[in-house]
Amino acid sequence: MAKNKILELHELKREFVMGEMTVRALKGLSFEINSGEFVTIMGSSGSGKTTLLNILGCLDKPTEGSYFLDGIDIKGLNRDELAGLRNKKIGFVFQSYNLLPRTNALENVELPLFYNKEISADERRERAIKALEAVKLGDRFDHTPSQLSGGQQQRVAIARALVNEPVMILADEATGNLDTRTSYEIMALMQELNTQGKTIVFVTHEPDIAAFSSRTIMLKDGKLQKDSINENPRSAKEALASLPTSDDY
Amino acid sequence: MSILNLLKIAFRALRRNKLRAFLTMLGVIIGVAAVIAMMAIGQGSKQSIQSSLSGMGSNMITVQPQSNSPGSVRLAGSSIQTLKLEDIEAIKRLQSDNINGLSPVVSSGGQAIRGGNNWPTSITGIVPDYLHIRQLQLQDGIMFSDNDVKKSAKVCLLGKTVIDNLFTDGSNPIGQIIRFKSIPFQVIGTLVSKGQSNFGQDQDDIILAPFSTVRNRITATNYLQAIYASAVSEAASDAATAEITAAIRESHKLLPSQDNDFQVRTQAQLIATITATSSMLTVLLTAIAGISLLIGGIGIMNIMYVSVTERTREIGLRMSIGARGKDILMQFLIEAVLISITGGILGVLLGITSAYLIAYFLQWPILISQSSIVISFLVCGVTGIFFGYYPAQKASKLDPIEALRYE
Repeated sequence: MAKNKILELHELKREFVMGEMTVRALKGLSFEINSGEFVTIMGSSGSGKTTLLNILGCLDKPTEGSYFLDGIDIKGLNRDELAGLRNKKIGFVFQSYNLLPRTNALENVELPLFYNKEISADERRERAIKALEAVKLGDRFDHTPSQLSGGQQQRVAIARALVNEPVMILADEATGNLDTRTSYEIMALMQELNTQGKTIVFVTHEPDIAAFSSRTIMLKDGKLQKDSINENPRSAKEALASLPTSDDY
Repeated sequence: MSILNLLKIAFRALRRNKLRAFLTMLGVIIGVAAVIAMMAIGQGSKQSIQSSLSGMGSNMITVQPQSNSPGSVRLAGSSIQTLKLEDIEAIKRLQSDNINGLSPVVSSGGQAIRGGNNWPTSITGIVPDYLHIRQLQLQDGIMFSDNDVKKSAKVCLLGKTVIDNLFTDGSNPIGQIIRFKSIPFQVIGTLVSKGQSNFGQDQDDIILAPFSTVRNRITATNYLQAIYASAVSEAASDAATAEITAAIRESHKLLPSQDNDFQVRTQAQLIATITATSSMLTVLLTAIAGISLLIGGIGIMNIMYVSVTERTREIGLRMSIGARGKDILMQFLIEAVLISITGGILGVLLGITSAYLIAYFLQWPILISQSSIVISFLVCGVTGIFFGYYPAQKASKLDPIEALRYE
């Protein structure tokens, strides 16, 4: 697999003007992420994590500096073009799943493809089924979110992130609402997707979760504190197996 | 996103809040139903007035005497004596192509007697043209001829009311003799019943006899109560009116400075006056109904704002996975239009039903025109777009980052 650059940040700055005050959330970040990497972005609250995530997700634009996503400079894009870019290049996974209520799993997964005119109804369905099978929910197509557990809901959300075949899956505290066991299950799924070649950028504040990734970027006060390669990522599958099988209570 | 998918989303959103959607629709339903029912009533009464007026002869022109001396006491038309038989001759001499019927009218009230029965009515002296001017039809028997008029024949035609009151035994009136003011008349024909006029007059309470007979034997005067004429068509009635006016003025030797001592009226004018009143009523009723439609629209706007607010996170999600502002705008716009159009369909059905119920229970004439349905339907669609646009635009302008975090 060719190591082409998926993400390229150069001296990225983001400032928010609030009244007379200017809050500098990101103070010049530069890093690259290659395809096939599993990167966790860590940092304490207020480190600029969320701001960075919004920019990486093309929901926000940098004040200064440049951001290339899959070779495209997002600086010159307008609202609609950014939406198109998100639709084709990014798969979001949120902390609170953000599934459409009272809508079954299959249709939730299909959703991104509705906004892509090039994809026919048949292909949409086919790809949604495939994505759900990839997250091992092949038997839950017509379950609505309320009929699914938190872990299952997050897996539907991951399927939704996969369905448009993005260049990068962008997860925002994707395990934040889940218990340890389910978190590990999700991480095992993420690792599996990563071995299949998916690029994953995972924003978290739990070092525990970061251990599963192959690279960790630490932010502090809007600056890069540490960018370390994890030569020996922990296997989520094994971690799962080591958990006590029966509940204590 | 395709229209079909947008419709699906809108349907689902409405199904999720059935009662709320229905209550919102109710405003539109009532508005549209009111518009349709009001227009049905208004147009129904207008049409019924129009048809009964044209039943009286839509091309009919009447000439009646009128005082032209403003200084003196103005007398009622019937007591003024200005119209004479010479005026008829003057009109006849015109040989106008616009006029195809002309008849003098003299009449007198009195008691009609047959055997032991009597009935207070009036006798009208006319010439045979009168039948077609007034659009009267023979039920039975024959009309008297011009020759009968020349000879002052003592023959007559009876209306249904007169027959009912004189021939209580149910015998055939044709050939029988009745007396009016002690003059014997032989009944040679009967008239088809016309029922009541719009003004409550019994149009069947008539006796028609040759003009000369009535004038010579009963009224004994040279003056005419009226002249009836008919124009060849409704379009020709203005020209015919002008010609008749000119001919009578000349015959009366009126100077240009003098007012007419008679009055010429066309049925078309009467119809226009009456239908104008009823049109105004229709407009008024429809305007009131339209206001309720407006209120329905405001209801839609209100509920769409609520819908946008409570689905802020959904909007944020849709935007984050690639929905453009336009997609979100269309989603909510279609939802609003769906509410208004569904309300419109139900409103049309309710409006038609209530119009028929009104017709059935109150016996009011109704007329449901296609245009009223089409118009109220279009207004509905426009209402949906107009009142749905602002909430939808608000949704489309949301910042996805803020929307995703909305609690």
